[in-house]
Amino acid sequence: MSEIPGDLKFLKSHEWARVEGNGRVTVGISDHAQGLLGDLVYVELPGVGDTVQAGNAAAVVESVKAASDVYSPVSGTVVEVNEALADKPETINEDAYGEGWLFVVEMSEPEQVNELLGPDDYAELLENDDH
Amino acid sequence: MTLKTLLNETHRALGAKMVDFGGWDMPIHYGSQIDEHHLVRRAAGMFDVSHMTVVDLKGARTREFLRQLLANSIDKLKVAGKALYSCMLNAEGGVIDDLIVYFLADDFFRMVVNASTREKDLAWIRQHAAAFGVEVVEREDLAIVAVQGPQARALVAGLVADADRAALDRLGRFAALDVTSVDGVPLFVARTGYTGEDGYEVLLPQTAVVAFWNALLAAGVKPAGLGARDTLRLEAGMNLYGQDMDESVSPYEAALAWTVALDEGRDFIGRGVLEAQKAAGNARQMIGLVMDEKGVLRHGQKVLTANGEGEILSGTFSPTLGKAIAFARVPAGDIPLGAAGNVRVDIRGKEVPVRVVKFPFVRDGQAQPGIDA
Repeated sequence: MSEIPGDLKFLKSHEWARVEGNGRVTVGISDHAQGLLGDLVYVELPGVGDTVQAGNAAAVVESVKAASDVYSPVSGTVVEVNEALADKPETINEDAYGEGWLFVVEMSEPEQVNELLGPDDYAELLENDDH
Repeated sequence: MTLKTLLNETHRALGAKMVDFGGWDMPIHYGSQIDEHHLVRRAAGMFDVSHMTVVDLKGARTREFLRQLLANSIDKLKVAGKALYSCMLNAEGGVIDDLIVYFLADDFFRMVVNASTREKDLAWIRQHAAAFGVEVVEREDLAIVAVQGPQARALVAGLVADADRAALDRLGRFAALDVTSVDGVPLFVARTGYTGEDGYEVLLPQTAVVAFWNALLAAGVKPAGLGARDTLRLEAGMNLYGQDMDESVSPYEAALAWTVALDEGRDFIGRGVLEAQKAAGNARQMIGLVMDEKGVLRHGQKVLTANGEGEILSGTFSPTLGKAIAFARVPAGDIPLGAAGNVRVDIRGKEVPVRVVKFPFVRDGQAQPGIDA
């Protein structure tokens, strides 16, 4: 399992959020989540301009064996999506915290990031999951 | 309770991700299900399928018993060693299980049945065997390793004693042979499988399975998990019990008409219902689907046809084709092949068009005609 980057925030449902400093948040799924899903073969991304709600499904990732909703960690408007995933969904398996990002949200309620888990809390959650 | 095969620790040491598989703790993959799939299509891979149930049937009237028990005709087996795929039906024509039966001697047949159906199978078999004086012996002392892929037979040959190698090399498809390993272990080697590739399923004593697995590993055979086994068998057009058929489904409704022998005068269990279904011509049907759009077909999705609604049975992403494939059960009635069939699948509220195709989808490493577009 790769290291959890210190600048990320998390949902319990294994999405990560990186606050970019310009009111925008980049969203992906954790390395742990990609490991649970196995080889990813399809990603359904939101459209640029779509409105997303914190805690609601905004994307779908599908592996050979399972489909999983991806919840947006924050509310706002989708301003960018990772088009490269359409042809190479396995990028998420290879680099979940980097090239495997899913979409970028321009936040409508920036204080929501305070409710997300920090990297240590998320690591602890995974630890407890294992027992 | 979680059941473990004797290879459980070996799987873990190889980095397997373990999952519950009908009460058994089994490897789903050892890193990448897709890599393991391709390995079997292009070279060779091995699967621990020791969770499956081996049942030996002994007695002078065993053949007579199997004439009644199985929907396929045991009399197709004329030469010792030959194998037959069949369904075992209940009185309503529903599938209790699908299985392979081997003819070993006039008073000795061997069946391999599914793991998830073990208890009901054994109860059913014993119930009907009694009248024929047939002895039913579950072979819990045997493990099973499937070695599959274009290089599988050559790699297994290297582990077989010199004296047996030529005979094994001559073994035809869907037949089995007793041989001895280079270490002196008795191996029951069947040229069968669940992947659509050539290869063997090897039954051997539990006490020898770890050493045999490690010898295969040393010979260059990589392990493959049950995830790859599932995508391989679906590409190969093979049914999975519990998903594609069960006791509420007849073989005719599961594209298994080819395994039903309505031979004259053989009163097998369920025959009456099958004959009525055949005469009425209204049985539901199982069709093959390919989706050219991106996405994955999955069990339970709604299927829309001109004859009414059905549902996806087995559905997956086909690593060989790079697109989704599925079996679906739909109402009776002709459906043209290809896009002309006008069949659609409801995926998260969106109607996605699919093509109706003949299966297998993939055989011996190659997409079959009409599958790829």
